[in-house]
Amino acid sequence: MSHHTIDVTGLGFSYPDGTAALEDVSFHIGHGESVAIVGANGAGKSTLLMHLNGFLMPARGTVNIGGTPVAKGTLADIRKTVGMVFQDPDDQLFMPSVFEDVAFGPMNLGQSPAEARQAALDALEAVGASGLEQKIPAYMSGGEKRLAAIAGVLAMRPEVIAFDEPTSDLDPVHAARVEGLVGELRRQGEYGLVLSTHDLDLAARIADRVVLLKEGSIIAEGPPRELFYDVDLLKGVGLIEPRVVRLWRELCRRTGRDPGPRPLTETEFVAALADGGRA
Amino acid sequence: MSKLEEGLYDLGRLDRLAFLDTPVHRLDPRAKVVTTLVYLVCVVSFGKYDVLPMLPFVLYPVVLAADGALPLGFLARKLIAVAPFAVLVGIFNPALDREVLLHLGSLGISGGWVSFVSILVRFFLTTIAALVLIATTSFSGVCVGLRRLGVPDVMVTQLLLLYRYIFVLGEETMRMARARALRSFDDRGMGLAVYGQILGHLLLRTYARAGRLYQAMLARGFDGEVRIVRALRFTWRDVAFTSGWSALFVVMRVYNVPLLLGRFMTGLIS
Ligand SMILES: Nc1ncnc2c1ncn2[C@@H]1O[C@H](COP(=O)(O)OP(=O)(O)O)[C@@H](O)[C@H]1O
Ligand SMILES: [Mg+2]
Repeated sequence: MSHHTIDVTGLGFSYPDGTAALEDVSFHIGHGESVAIVGANGAGKSTLLMHLNGFLMPARGTVNIGGTPVAKGTLADIRKTVGMVFQDPDDQLFMPSVFEDVAFGPMNLGQSPAEARQAALDALEAVGASGLEQKIPAYMSGGEKRLAAIAGVLAMRPEVIAFDEPTSDLDPVHAARVEGLVGELRRQGEYGLVLSTHDLDLAARIADRVVLLKEGSIIAEGPPRELFYDVDLLKGVGLIEPRVVRLWRELCRRTGRDPGPRPLTETEFVAALADGGRA
Repeated sequence: MSKLEEGLYDLGRLDRLAFLDTPVHRLDPRAKVVTTLVYLVCVVSFGKYDVLPMLPFVLYPVVLAADGALPLGFLARKLIAVAPFAVLVGIFNPALDREVLLHLGSLGISGGWVSFVSILVRFFLTTIAALVLIATTSFSGVCVGLRRLGVPDVMVTQLLLLYRYIFVLGEETMRMARARALRSFDDRGMGLAVYGQILGHLLLRTYARAGRLYQAMLARGFDGEVRIVRALRFTWRDVAFTSGWSALFVVMRVYNVPLLLGRFMTGLIS
């Protein structure tokens, strides 16, 4: 499989009860790119992600991972390439202990017990969850569960990782930790990253590109600096602009000027303010 | 904690105990699974009125628990927890079977009471053997042991999923019980009809979750074969363990050991 790109073309999907969850969705994700799929609740984000590793099969259109179409015959390969972190870690952890759960994937990849053990320990360390090995998933905090679930995916060394609402339901500390982890993966540049979220503050910080979803269709697509300053567009899809954007726009309105590059993150905001003060 | 929560927690605790590193824990899962099976067959095959000859079988779980550093208090509490089931199974025997079987002094004891006690002993022995097996092998270890012994993949996978499903069911039940308790006042909302609805809803929810869990397994390369990180090596220690205990079980099953011991002792005295 070459170069971990994702190509979705004309994808359509309806649930058995008739709900049309996706309609004519097309987008491309390049090598090492971090893309946020944003949309309100029910926009179809989870449904879209579930097509990336064949949990759901395209009813119309195609999904290609590194040039290989997602189909019955290619599922095993696809699932080695695309890892998926579910929204609810309770759906993801199924072995009696964290360690066994994280080692489950590597064992299925045909690694020896010793290799799988090492892969599991490495992955747990990478997510900062060393020491949770012997824990029973049912009795961990939501944050710990999420870290364990991510470790289980990392241990398989996928080329693309899809996160469904990675920081929802987490306390600020764990949310920051998960975000830091995603940021780290992004810096390494070896993974294609797809994240679904309705938290545009988060998307602003970790996405190279944003796909805006509304009622199963793509409304807009582009760099966050463009999309997130289009407040009417965001309002139209039921989302609220990032806090930094709101503050910056208010600042521009009050001062009556719009100096230079628009900030997306708090760091950029502070830098822009400092510069603006000097100007 | 509610009773249900406690039960689940203890089930999880059994698996935690399996992380201990003792000679018993290091034995190959297959050795422990086979030995436990022989044990169960021997205990279960005793006659309806046998009580005394079963007692020596307590040796096996006690020795394993001691060697495996298992907390006896915890195991004892689990035994007490299953006691009501054992009582329920045997409680009608005394009423149905009134023929006097033996005399303790002037007191005649009916066959019903003897078989009732026999059922209790059987229940305790088999339960504690199963608990000790899981606490020294882990549930997934037992599954892999079964798999390597030729039990089909499908059954082993079912077993493993069933184990996870027990937790899912328990957790969902607790959530719904809490949600209902929060919104029902006096006796309203607590009736039987509500229970029926909750049960239906519970099945739907757990069914959906089980489906997602299965997807998660597929996502991580599950192809129907359960593999776990546990180097399996059947050494001479495992052979010795399995054959030694099994031989002892057979001897204890065939000969009435307490009786022989008693005779031996009285022989010594006289
Ligand atoms: N299993 C299902 N059966 C029927 N409809 C569903 C199912 N799952 C989701 N939907 C519907 O599909 C639409 C998209 O859902 P989803 O992808 O979960 O949205 P999001 O993740 O963006 O919140 C919603 O209208 C939702 O009600
Ligand atoms: Mg969703």
